[in-house]
Amino acid sequence: METGFLHQLVQQLINGISLGSIYALIALGYTMIYGILKLINFAHGDIYMLGAYIGFVCTSILKLSFLPALIISMLGAALAGIIIERIAYRPMRNAPRIAILITAIGVSFFLENVMILVASPQPRTFPAVFTATVYHVGSWVVNSQQIVILVSALVLMVALTYIVNQTKAGKAMRAVSFDADAARLMGIDIDSTISMTFALGSALAAAGGVLVGIYYNSIDPLMGMVPGIKAFVAAVLGGIGVIPGAMLGGIILGVVEALVSGFISSTFRDAAAFAILIIILLFKPQGLMGKNVREKV
Amino acid sequence: MNKVRKFDLKALAASVVVFAALQGMMAAEIIGPFWELNLVLICINIILASSLNMINGFTGQFSIGHAGFLAVGAYVGAVMTVKLGFSFPLAIVAGTIAAGILGFLIGLPTLRLDGDYLAIATLGLGEIIRICILNIEYVGGASGLMGIPRMTNFTVTFWLMIAVLFFIKNFKNSAHGRACLAIRENEIAADTMGIDTTKYKVMAFTLGASFAGTAGVLFSHYFFIAHPASFTFMRSFDVLTMVVLGGLGSLTGSITGAILLTFISAALADFPEWRMIIYSLAMIILMLYRPQGLFGNKELSEKVFSSLKGGKKDE
Amino acid sequence: MSEKKRLLDLQDVSIVFGGLRAVSNFSMHIDDGELVGLIGPNGAGKTTAFNMITGVYLPTEGQIHFDGKLVNGKKSYQVTQMGMARTFQNIRLFSELSVLDNVKIAYNMHINYSLPHAILRVKKYFDEENNVTEEAMKLLSLFHLEKHAHDLAKNLPYGAQRRLEIARALATKPKLLLLDEPAAGMNPQETKELMEMIRWLRDNFKISILLIEHDMSLVMGVCERLYVLEYGMCIATGTPDEIKKNKRVIKAYLGGEV
Repeated sequence: METGFLHQLVQQLINGISLGSIYALIALGYTMIYGILKLINFAHGDIYMLGAYIGFVCTSILKLSFLPALIISMLGAALAGIIIERIAYRPMRNAPRIAILITAIGVSFFLENVMILVASPQPRTFPAVFTATVYHVGSWVVNSQQIVILVSALVLMVALTYIVNQTKAGKAMRAVSFDADAARLMGIDIDSTISMTFALGSALAAAGGVLVGIYYNSIDPLMGMVPGIKAFVAAVLGGIGVIPGAMLGGIILGVVEALVSGFISSTFRDAAAFAILIIILLFKPQGLMGKNVREKV
Repeated sequence: MNKVRKFDLKALAASVVVFAALQGMMAAEIIGPFWELNLVLICINIILASSLNMINGFTGQFSIGHAGFLAVGAYVGAVMTVKLGFSFPLAIVAGTIAAGILGFLIGLPTLRLDGDYLAIATLGLGEIIRICILNIEYVGGASGLMGIPRMTNFTVTFWLMIAVLFFIKNFKNSAHGRACLAIRENEIAADTMGIDTTKYKVMAFTLGASFAGTAGVLFSHYFFIAHPASFTFMRSFDVLTMVVLGGLGSLTGSITGAILLTFISAALADFPEWRMIIYSLAMIILMLYRPQGLFGNKELSEKVFSSLKGGKKDE
Repeated sequence: MSEKKRLLDLQDVSIVFGGLRAVSNFSMHIDDGELVGLIGPNGAGKTTAFNMITGVYLPTEGQIHFDGKLVNGKKSYQVTQMGMARTFQNIRLFSELSVLDNVKIAYNMHINYSLPHAILRVKKYFDEENNVTEEAMKLLSLFHLEKHAHDLAKNLPYGAQRRLEIARALATKPKLLLLDEPAAGMNPQETKELMEMIRWLRDNFKISILLIEHDMSLVMGVCERLYVLEYGMCIATGTPDEIKKNKRVIKAYLGGEV
């Protein structure tokens, strides 16, 4: 096989886009929750882990196929998201923001360690729900998992865009994130809108978890820590609170990581994500698709 | 004003008493090696928490990358003693200065950001520092730098902690400290009071980072090893939790938070599988019931001092 | 014009925000010891002009000089260090700090001890701290705030918060004090007292004052000279009596009726 620079580049782009679409799925939840509560929900990465485990139970123990497993996992995570918001975040709505952040970190630790207790810290092998077929397009390699990831992620993103832009619940979500007080005066039920946001965000993260399980064949209780932070980076990169921004940010992050591990060294992969973050924050802190807001004097 | 000096003397006397008591209990083996280790850890955590409080609590700049500076201190200190053969005190100075310089270089560009953006940038930079260390073969790469002599003991740690606490207390009660508090309260108003906000933000950040470096040198010279895995963002979260739990802006709060969390963590050491679950639940419950932290932004002694007739609120 | 020293001088100052000329070709000056008003209907660009003078915004065109030095490009804190102090339309106190600390912070730029002095608590630190505390208390008592010195600023009643903000601005030892709608939210009695206080400030502290108000009747009694802004343009300038008779001003305020 030829290993020219251009060839390598395209191959890494393929890998990067499939990885990036998973980041995008997690980033969407981050961005929606941040948009509505101004909370960096550090527990979001663990919802993704939870989703992966539900998917694991569905496929390996209940022997379900991909689609039912995905749906059950999304529903389960949505429920978990609603419960977490109800118990841990809602009573703190008027607390200092840093206190809510600490609570989010606490929830994150809690989910990780409960999972360690329940499922042991050892990684689990995610069953192969698809026969891994490798397609050769020209001299490039695309496998069936990558296609499934990409298609699923696209379908989910289209669905989310539809919900947010076209449905009543979506309108309420946008209204609350724009101005919660005004939305309340317009008769929007803030609490249920926030629950809805957590449900949607958590479901997407869970989908990301199942897809990653399929892609890497391995899941563990701490798998959400680093991707969780990176997905937040993706959300900031695209412009926090902006839904298309999270998608774009996720894809860019995935591609850059693939390029760095392909051309430099995989040990610097994580540093690359954070380096992008710093650069974007310093030169365009509102993100690629965000709006600039300035405090009025 | 004599009251201020009197307070300092009293605090110093109290430190001597506490030190003598603890040292005595160790000599009499009432405090065994396990709790001795945790006492050292508590002192190190107090240094970390109170230095992070300078940034987050006094100045209101939301930093969650403290583990990065801890790492720099740990590694620079270890390189000084293990690789270059310098003495331990020199290693402490070097680790402190190195972390301070890095804090300055990082703080200068990033402190323009505010709120969550600064938080996530500092988190990212902390991780970048760790990943860079991970890739330096000279300091052991992913397997860590081993064979560090145990030069840290309780005495050194305790008195360095006291020194750092005095530094931070005096800082808080100076014009420089007031400038930082003003920035926390209202940055635009601070600006119009003639305060160069960037300068003071960077100052607090640099000082906070330096002390984290000090803690790092103590850390690596107590546990024989400097390992990249000890300095992930989880460590930063740990320190942040101590600060917020004690009360942002309260030095006595940071001390209490550090003692409390280290203690909880140590007391649960016999139940490894339940330890983190209880720890995290404690975190959530404490925040639910006491979101402003145990002390708010007040000091433990504040009430006592403000009641002194005509006395200014000093401590 | 008078023989007095020119303190503040704006020459054809304009600022453009994304195509909108918020302030256009505005020229004004304040001499030593003058009490000048800047009035105009809401949204006329008064606060924007204020923000340019104090270095919050950089003018797109034109130059601002203060005390003979160029203000353009200076940051807010540098402008304050040049000798301008301001208050805000919406009060901006250090609300979680004591009233005394609020004022002491404003003395910061006149403190000379260094960080090592403070950490090691040398004599210089105590001397200067004593000094500052004393001066701050004196200032507070002038504003009848001394008994609140150890209360948190946020716990003061509204009128006292306004007074504290002015006291704090004075603590920077300015040559020119800029007050942005200081009467906002005050009742008629408080407003009357405030207007008396402003004149007293000028005489007692030997400073110049620039006062922003949208309520014309308030400034008429207190200012010596007025500038009137409408849609970012200066439509009139002169003594209160001249302004009162100015047809354009009446039109701007009353919307066509004379």
